[in-house]
Amino acid sequence: MTATASAAQDTATRIYHHETEHTHPEGSSTLLGFWIYLMSDCLIFAVLFATYGVLGGNYAAGPAPKDLFELPLVALNTSMLLLSSITYGFAVIAMQNRNRKSTQTWLLITALFGLAFISIELFEFSELIHEGATPQRSAFLSSFFTLVGTHGLHVTFGIVWIFTLVTQIAKHGLVEANRRRLMCLSMFWHFLDVVWIGVFTFVYLMGMLR
Amino acid sequence: MMNHQQTSFLLGRLGLDSLPLHEPILVATFSVVALGGIAVFGAITYFRLWGYLWREWFTTVDHKRIGIMYMILGIIMLLRGFADAIMMRLQQAIAFGGSDGYLPAHHYDQVFTAHGVIMIFFVAMPVVTGLMNYVVPLQIGARDVSFPFLNNFSFWMTTAGAVLVMMSLFIGEFARTGWLAYPPLSNIAYSPDVGVDYYIWALQIAGVGTLLSGVNLICTIIKMRAPGMKMMQMPVFTWTALCTNVLIVAAFPVLTAVMVLLSLDRYVGTNFFTNDFGGNPMMYVNLIWIWGHPEVYILILPMFGVFSEVTSTFCGKRLFGYTSMVYATIVITILSYLVWLHHFFTMGSGASVNSFFGITTMIISIPTGAKMFNWLFTMYKGRIRYDLPMMWTVAFMLTFVIGGMSGVMLAVPPADFSLHNSLFLIAHFHNVIIGGVLFGLFAAINFWYPKAFGYKLDPFWGKISFWCWVIGFYLAFMPLYVLGLMGVTRRMRVFDDPSLQIWFVIAGIGAAVIAVGIGAFLVQLVVSYMKREQLRDTTGDPWDARTLEWATSSPPPDYNFAFTPVVHDLDAWWDMKQHGYKRPLTGYKPIHMPKNTGAGIILAGLSLVTGFALIWYIWWLAALGFISLLAVAIGHTFNYKRDFHIPAEEVEKTENERTRILAAQG
Repeated sequence: MTATASAAQDTATRIYHHETEHTHPEGSSTLLGFWIYLMSDCLIFAVLFATYGVLGGNYAAGPAPKDLFELPLVALNTSMLLLSSITYGFAVIAMQNRNRKSTQTWLLITALFGLAFISIELFEFSELIHEGATPQRSAFLSSFFTLVGTHGLHVTFGIVWIFTLVTQIAKHGLVEANRRRLMCLSMFWHFLDVVWIGVFTFVYLMGMLR
Repeated sequence: MMNHQQTSFLLGRLGLDSLPLHEPILVATFSVVALGGIAVFGAITYFRLWGYLWREWFTTVDHKRIGIMYMILGIIMLLRGFADAIMMRLQQAIAFGGSDGYLPAHHYDQVFTAHGVIMIFFVAMPVVTGLMNYVVPLQIGARDVSFPFLNNFSFWMTTAGAVLVMMSLFIGEFARTGWLAYPPLSNIAYSPDVGVDYYIWALQIAGVGTLLSGVNLICTIIKMRAPGMKMMQMPVFTWTALCTNVLIVAAFPVLTAVMVLLSLDRYVGTNFFTNDFGGNPMMYVNLIWIWGHPEVYILILPMFGVFSEVTSTFCGKRLFGYTSMVYATIVITILSYLVWLHHFFTMGSGASVNSFFGITTMIISIPTGAKMFNWLFTMYKGRIRYDLPMMWTVAFMLTFVIGGMSGVMLAVPPADFSLHNSLFLIAHFHNVIIGGVLFGLFAAINFWYPKAFGYKLDPFWGKISFWCWVIGFYLAFMPLYVLGLMGVTRRMRVFDDPSLQIWFVIAGIGAAVIAVGIGAFLVQLVVSYMKREQLRDTTGDPWDARTLEWATSSPPPDYNFAFTPVVHDLDAWWDMKQHGYKRPLTGYKPIHMPKNTGAGIILAGLSLVTGFALIWYIWWLAALGFISLLAVAIGHTFNYKRDFHIPAEEVEKTENERTRILAAQG
């Protein structure tokens, strides 16, 4: 009986609105939203991996991974991207220490590693095409170029974003909006690193074993 | 390039012969559209409405206005999609006994492709997104969505996709491949013209909008709920919207990726889905249905939410089995990913694989059946008011059960081997899409229209529209079940067996009755506008409803709620009414709101130009369009001042006006 009485009292004194303005701080959903976007991007890669999984063995009497891939070059490329993730980490630490100059410097170093990665990838692609291993040659090469190329396009986009963000930090400093953007870009950059580890393992390493 | 058409640097493969001047039907359609367009533009210019439209609508970030614009887009495209439907019905009703009908094959194939593409992507999707956009923030007591600018951008991207499809009617042609554009038919070797390219870029551009709006609404529901509203206190419509948007985010990237692969095949000459060099067309069919099956649940789940809101409101009862309703929705969300292969049992994956997908498909009918019983038990001993939304709901329950049962039949692989690609299938999916999504749309429009515009819809014309739709639907599609069982396949242009004709004639009559239903709906809108003073809703709660959107005025002010509501119960507004909640009359505070921006429409316009250039191989324009797109997008990120405050005096003025109206009606 006391339970009902207290429940009745509870409903009698219920508050149905806030007297003060209830705000959601600007950007409070941004990190969640960006995560969800990244997961959708992850699905695009999932489709490309699946396509490579299905079509990757269809050489159409053309070259196979063993004839084409040069692991030392890929290892160098992988190290560029892994190092860029470390330097991005330093940029975030610098941001937490409110050190604007250092943040910008680490971001630019990250972009340089990214550019190195892209250049090596383009060099690899041009070598392949010169050998006649073009995307049109076989379903294996179509899916190889598309998977690796899509990752490369993402890295290129990330580099453009880094330069944009460095400019914005120069203009407005490490304000809340820029800190948030830096965190989003951080997720993006590390995400690409994770995807690359998948590419490196499934495409290059396992391709050599096939 | 791969094909050997004449191309020039300036215009790509676009030339005078791209205009379908030799097809009288298209020339006549074009003249009507052009005259209509000139009339609308003239009227807007004459009444000097461009500035108003630009400031208040095109650049708006208000979720309510964006929701309304989505609905308008969906309804306009419904007229186009229905025009295609009635053309097909007419062709099939007369193309017997040696007659070729009136549509040449080249045109007929475009008509059935455009009908499917438009109805799914540019009618059902905008309508569903529009409803969620309008209702969800109000139901959860929020002032707007999480990302108001993205919302505006999403809408314009969807519109840009729709514009591309419409352009294909008069410049060039549309795909002749069926609505999912299966390769190898859709590949460059068999479809060298612009049709499939229109298809690809319309879907890609609209897809960006759909995906972003999915991310946006998930964040809104997770992050922006009014204080006190726990997950298990969200209205059922909000729950279904959440599951739908999860499906959107998890399904649309697959469509994007598979369209990219198809365009690479077409533009670059890769070999994903070709017949030679190791390509595999069945890979496309698998991938597109991994998107396509969740897609049908994207369309129907929000409508399940609508029917739940309508049933509990018009029966004056709390929804029966709220918890089971939520779990049924979640189970459907998950299962919808495990059934895609039932669309091509005949691929030949073997008995084990087919059995697996057949069984998962049949299992979906369990949570759906649970929902059906929940609605029935809500009605049981309820005080049912048969207003229009409730009428549509009852029609849905009857119709959808039939469609569901024919679906379970199709889920049996051996049965599917003989029903595959027959008119039985066509009857089945129209039975669930019209009986579910379309009926849900009309229930929702009749239910929420007074909230959006401040007056109810006229019931007389609403009932005419209702009966025409329901009767027309049965007339149009029950004959297709019969024909399908007799073995008639889909997408046929002419028939030999004269004994079939009567069924097609009945179906044609059904389509004509539906046309009257659509006309009556448009009349209903006009008549209601003219009688708006009589139909006015001054209370904000014309149906004695239960959820938060009815706690504010009709139409709601820009800021939705002067004070953020606090939620204690599942039916939050019902709970407030039961406890004699008094609306606060003083103490208004300035309200923080997002600012309008033109960036969304500009970005979508540039996407449209880029897409058009890619379709016609106008490479310089494509490059220019893409670079401008990047430049404007980056430029937009340099704008840091995206919000403002509505001053307390303005809030007070708006709220005092409402107090006066509420007092006047006693």
